Amino acid sequence: MSKITKQDVEYVAGLAQLRLDDAAKERLVREMGDILAYMDQLNELDTSNVEPMMHAMEMTNVFRQDVVEPSLPREEALMNAPVHDGEYFIVPRILEGDAS
Amino acid sequence: MEFEAVVGMEVHVEINSKSKVFCGCSGNFHAAPNTNVCPVCLGMPGVLPVLNVDMVNKSVAVGLALNCTISRWSKLDRKNYFYPDMAKNYQISQYDLPLCQNGWIDIEVDGQTKRIGITRAHIEEDTARNTHTIGGNQSGVDFNRSGLPLLEIVTEPDIRSAKEALAYLTALKQMLQYLDVSDCNMEEGSLRAEANISVRPVGQEKFGTKTEVKNVASFSGVHKAIEFEIARHIKLINSGGKVVQETRGWDADRGITVPQRLKESAHDYRYFPEPDLVPIVVDEAWEQRIRESLPELPAARRSRMGTQYGLSAYDANVITLSQDTANYYEQVVAAGADAKKAANWLMVELQSLLSAAKQDIRDCRVSPADLAALVGLIESGAINGKMGKDVIAEMFETGKATQDIVNEQGLSQITDTGEIEAIIRQVLADNPAQVEQFRSGKDKVFGFLVGQVMRATQGKANPALLNDLLRRELSRQEN
Ligand SMILES: [Zn+2]
Repeated sequence: MSKITKQDVEYVAGLAQLRLDDAAKERLVREMGDILAYMDQLNELDTSNVEPMMHAMEMTNVFRQDVVEPSLPREEALMNAPVHDGEYFIVPRILEGDAS
Repeated sequence: MEFEAVVGMEVHVEINSKSKVFCGCSGNFHAAPNTNVCPVCLGMPGVLPVLNVDMVNKSVAVGLALNCTISRWSKLDRKNYFYPDMAKNYQISQYDLPLCQNGWIDIEVDGQTKRIGITRAHIEEDTARNTHTIGGNQSGVDFNRSGLPLLEIVTEPDIRSAKEALAYLTALKQMLQYLDVSDCNMEEGSLRAEANISVRPVGQEKFGTKTEVKNVASFSGVHKAIEFEIARHIKLINSGGKVVQETRGWDADRGITVPQRLKESAHDYRYFPEPDLVPIVVDEAWEQRIRESLPELPAARRSRMGTQYGLSAYDANVITLSQDTANYYEQVVAAGADAKKAANWLMVELQSLLSAAKQDIRDCRVSPADLAALVGLIESGAINGKMGKDVIAEMFETGKATQDIVNEQGLSQITDTGEIEAIIRQVLADNPAQVEQFRSGKDKVFGFLVGQVMRATQGKANPALLNDLLRRELSRQEN
């Protein structure tokens, strides 16, 4: 039986950048535990003859052709940004080379 | 203790599709900041990405050229992290079912061929770019690069030295350029290389602790960074220290690697299947169509041209480094030039002119037919090699035809026996003391006399003919 601890919830919340109060953490310990318990239940089934489902969609190969379409006017692109300088989105300083 | 290095490379290549990978924005990232952007590549909620088929075609072509197995069924996944270069807080990539797997590429190091395993090549989207820091505490973000088609190519840990890493990058870049899928410009970031480096005592099976080096903007930088990192590891271990697993950046100015501060929890990306994009199924027929459309690849072209034109392995290698050079060479030979001499003139004279002018052979004003004509004139003795160098420099500068330059500058060699004989007689008459020395057995004086005749003809006498005539005249006068 899978067990979810408060530390697990805090770790996942941290990755998702969520701030949770104690009540929320307790609720999530319970709810996430329930989900894993349901998974354990599913695991009891014999699926050795079932094709693994890798994706929720049955469709495959939906593509677009390599054609350039009009982009947004820059004013519109920047419109919702909390801070911009008319050219760039302005954000807190990015550490050099820190991209993935 | 003796150590060996173990290096694996990760290369990100921007694929040269006209539009981005999941939207119709232009792939031209030289545009003014944030002008090639739309709701999809800005990561607005509720938008629907659709995969560019050109990216699939080109990725499969790369996979085939790298001897990979093409997945019949593959899917896209979300790689989750928070960062200003990724507005929707996840990057669309491929996790457990990449499009291409288990390939290899042969590299050439010190005349030896070595095979480097390719673990995988997968599709992903590029991130936005932070271009400048404003007042120290802020960065500007340009989303033109966000969503550009990116192919990540990962090797097995088969590389054993900085030299091999450089050879791998060279071979990979050559392959990508032959396939015409990327301009592979490292300075502009359309090819980005990262290296995972560790060392272990020779004979030990287990890998040492690795560090990852990023931020290298040139091929020579990769070579230096890996060399530095290998030496740093060995020194650390020999002095009783331990290598710490970390990401380090290459500081090109100081010639060292420095630890990079990383976002926390960077390694738990919680990948899951991208629900907005359906799986990619490349069946045998599709794979076959792409296989048939592949150009002649570097190794095949090298070996064919070596055999067909009788080129040395070295020459064939240099000439096929780029497709443009190989095409140019074949046109010179097709225009009637001797294959070996054409190779020399191309690799030595033309190449040094191109390098000095930082020019691409595609823009070269010396046409293949002109170079063939030049090689022909030298072979027939109409001009000598030294004149040839002047002529090719002039052709390179002005784009004039070979024969025009030869005529204009009166460069033709003197091949008229009578004319040379007259000059020889004059030179011998002017230098009686040297003639006397020659007769008394001082052979070296012969060279002096040749030089005098050459000077009198302004270097235009055919050297072989001059030698013959001078010897004949000297012995005639003796009798
Ligand atoms: Zn877009």
